[in-house]
Amino acid sequence: MVNLIIDGKNVTAKKDTMVLEAARSAGVDIPTLCAHEAVSRAGSCRLCVVEIKKGNRTRIVTSCLYPVEEGLIVHTNTERVLNVRRLVLELLLARCPRSEVLQNLAKELGVDPQPRFLPDTDKGKCILCRSCVRVCEEVVGVSAIGMSARGSHKTVGTPFKETSSVCIGCGACVYVCPTGHIVMQSSGDKRKIWKRTFKMQTCEKCGKYFAPVDQLKYISKKTGVPYTELAVCTECR
Amino acid sequence: MKKISNAQALRRVQDDLRHNYDPNKKLVTICAGTGCRGYGCIKVKEELEAEIARQKMDVEVRATGCFGFCEKGPLVVVHPEKIFYQQVKIKDVPDIISKTVATGEVLEKLLYRDPQSNETVMREEDVPFYKKQHRLVFGSNGMIDPTRIEDYLIIGGYSALAKALTEMTPEGVVSEVKKAGLRGRGGGGFLAGNKWESCRRAHGEPKYVIGNGDEGDPGAYMDRSLMEGNPHSVIEGMIIGAYAIGASEGYIYVRNEYPLAVLHLTMAIASAKEAGLLGKNILGTNFSFDIHINKGGGAFVCGESSALFASIEGRAGEPRAKYIHAVEKGLWDKPTCLNNVETWANVPIIINQGADAYVSVGTEGSKGTKIFSLVGKINNTGLIEVPMGMTLREIIYDMGGGIPKGRKFKAVQTGGPSGGCIPESLLDLQVDFDKLHEVGSMMGSGGMIVMDDRSCMVDVAKYFLAFLQEESCGKCVPCREGVRRMHEILEDICAGKGKEGDVELLEHISTGVADGSLCALGGSAPNPVLSTIKYFREEYEAHIKNHRCPAGVCKALITYSINPDKCTGCGLCIKVCPTQATSGEKKKPHTINNDLCTRCGACIESCKFDAITVE
Repeated sequence: MVNLIIDGKNVTAKKDTMVLEAARSAGVDIPTLCAHEAVSRAGSCRLCVVEIKKGNRTRIVTSCLYPVEEGLIVHTNTERVLNVRRLVLELLLARCPRSEVLQNLAKELGVDPQPRFLPDTDKGKCILCRSCVRVCEEVVGVSAIGMSARGSHKTVGTPFKETSSVCIGCGACVYVCPTGHIVMQSSGDKRKIWKRTFKMQTCEKCGKYFAPVDQLKYISKKTGVPYTELAVCTECR
Repeated sequence: MKKISNAQALRRVQDDLRHNYDPNKKLVTICAGTGCRGYGCIKVKEELEAEIARQKMDVEVRATGCFGFCEKGPLVVVHPEKIFYQQVKIKDVPDIISKTVATGEVLEKLLYRDPQSNETVMREEDVPFYKKQHRLVFGSNGMIDPTRIEDYLIIGGYSALAKALTEMTPEGVVSEVKKAGLRGRGGGGFLAGNKWESCRRAHGEPKYVIGNGDEGDPGAYMDRSLMEGNPHSVIEGMIIGAYAIGASEGYIYVRNEYPLAVLHLTMAIASAKEAGLLGKNILGTNFSFDIHINKGGGAFVCGESSALFASIEGRAGEPRAKYIHAVEKGLWDKPTCLNNVETWANVPIIINQGADAYVSVGTEGSKGTKIFSLVGKINNTGLIEVPMGMTLREIIYDMGGGIPKGRKFKAVQTGGPSGGCIPESLLDLQVDFDKLHEVGSMMGSGGMIVMDDRSCMVDVAKYFLAFLQEESCGKCVPCREGVRRMHEILEDICAGKGKEGDVELLEHISTGVADGSLCALGGSAPNPVLSTIKYFREEYEAHIKNHRCPAGVCKALITYSINPDKCTGCGLCIKVCPTQATSGEKKKPHTINNDLCTRCGACIESCKFDAITVE
């Protein structure tokens, strides 16, 4: 176990725990956007920054990636920390002006849109947190989507923006997206995502459409469970 | 070359090479660095060889690494007299061979002429550009054909390696480098010896050493010239480092836009392997080490260590949080020691001459020399190597020869896009890692861009931010979005659309970007803005409040006019104007129609009477 001090509170945490978890378990709230429990961490949104003090040196680190250390002193609300958080939110509000999630978070943290930043119109609600890319790679295992280009041209999508042949239409990316940027439309026997239309499987018992055929085929192949066994929805199973 | 089996054999090979080399034999060296190649030195070299053949003479022509004085290329030196010719053209070749080489006659017209004294200078070392230099790392460039390992061996190449392997323990090498106070030449200035020590102590196998040759700062090309001109010095340094750290594999990460560097490094690695100086059981010892070349795709961010590792690993060049140091978990999560190629090239020097001698050059906190590339509004563009602690004034005026056309010095930008602009009031600053940092700039990899009074500092900041915006990997929000927004504001200011409070807003964003960014690219991205605000705030204010660009650069804020008292009506500005904005009768003062004028500056460049004014 490791002992540290977070906002004046003595906190004990397991070795290799991140400061973010240690803080949350001690009841100290740190806002995050890109840290999702299902995927590995990128440290890209920078909202979870905290100021740490080791010896005489203080510095700003992302709490989602900084492992606890014995004797570490952490401040989650210093002026420096708030300044970064404020800027990150101002920048994201300008990038995704239509995102309710960001608007609510900004309201919660008392941040107003920076009038000098011209709001973007072409970025949708995507903050490039890459949770979708990571879930597709790390959990689903197909890597149908990835990041392309660099800097402010960076986007998330299928390779060369063409329809992906490896996407199984599972919608895990939609599930982990913190801002609701990724659109998935399901109606009748069809599901549309990343510009591809998937055929849905009906549950052999209740007759409801419950999962894309491609997803069930993929699970069958990966687990060895015969397709027929998978063709029953979770409720009827 | 035959395999060299041990340290004694290496000495024998070096002795044999020296023995067979007649120092009094005629030799013509020609700089074949990229700069001189741009001037057509390869054709001059071919002509030199052809002329020697025609005259049936026994003279070697050697294409060497970069001499550094790029402003005056192609450069040729006739040995053993060391007669230094500059701006040599093909038509000069017959005279060089039949007069200088054959009879020793010096060709005045090809000598460097000192603009101050108007006297010619015969030897390279007497040219003011070279006089104050201390060419520890770069000095051998002019004698070595970088494609021949023999040329490196003859000047004592790989002796340091032999000494390290046979007379020193790995710990001894580390402590020598620590004692030498060698600091990373790539920008960070971290103490190399400490890094080596941590990497040596780190657990994990294999360990890697990497040479960072991903030089990407605008205007900087010293790493390029070093890799092109003396690749073995980098390789020897890396082998010694690997021995000290306990690494078995190494990489040199070099931009693919540096084809000559890639070629020469590849050849050097192959010949070092053939000679038993690299690969299995180096010089017959138990130590084995191999180097691979990794060609980078030209992303600036790949010079950042963790992005560089990602790139070598075959992933997109994006940095990752470095809360666990690379010396413990670097390339493929193994202990990795990454140093700039110039840092590596310093290592054989330290081992050869010993740390005590090495520390005699430099300042308290920065030892040794540093290679700078001197570019921009400077008379002598080129690469210089100077002891740490030399003043900016000496560098810019004594070596650089001052500002062209007698214009006024305004600022020097050091450290590339992550550095800052240093004003005239700080010209007596002694250049070293700490001093540059104190004034809000940094050493970076050693680029120095000199600016005259016609450079607008807001425009300069805008330029660097545009560069950084393009080169940001886009992973984290402060750098990707923050730098973009800063650039937008700077664009507005330059376009006359700046708003009250913009300077303060830029400062606010800067602090957040510097504090919040994931890697050093974002962390230092605000420097060009902050340093120009710090030293040239009134220029920002003039743009925003008075809609004026005092330097006459920002097109939306300036008008051109012709001073009738100075204009002689020569008509040159009418000829060069691409939009027919200038007009007038011959021998009568001309005028400019500002509705047509695009403020391209062609007329200013052409006017011999300084008659065109910008307001």
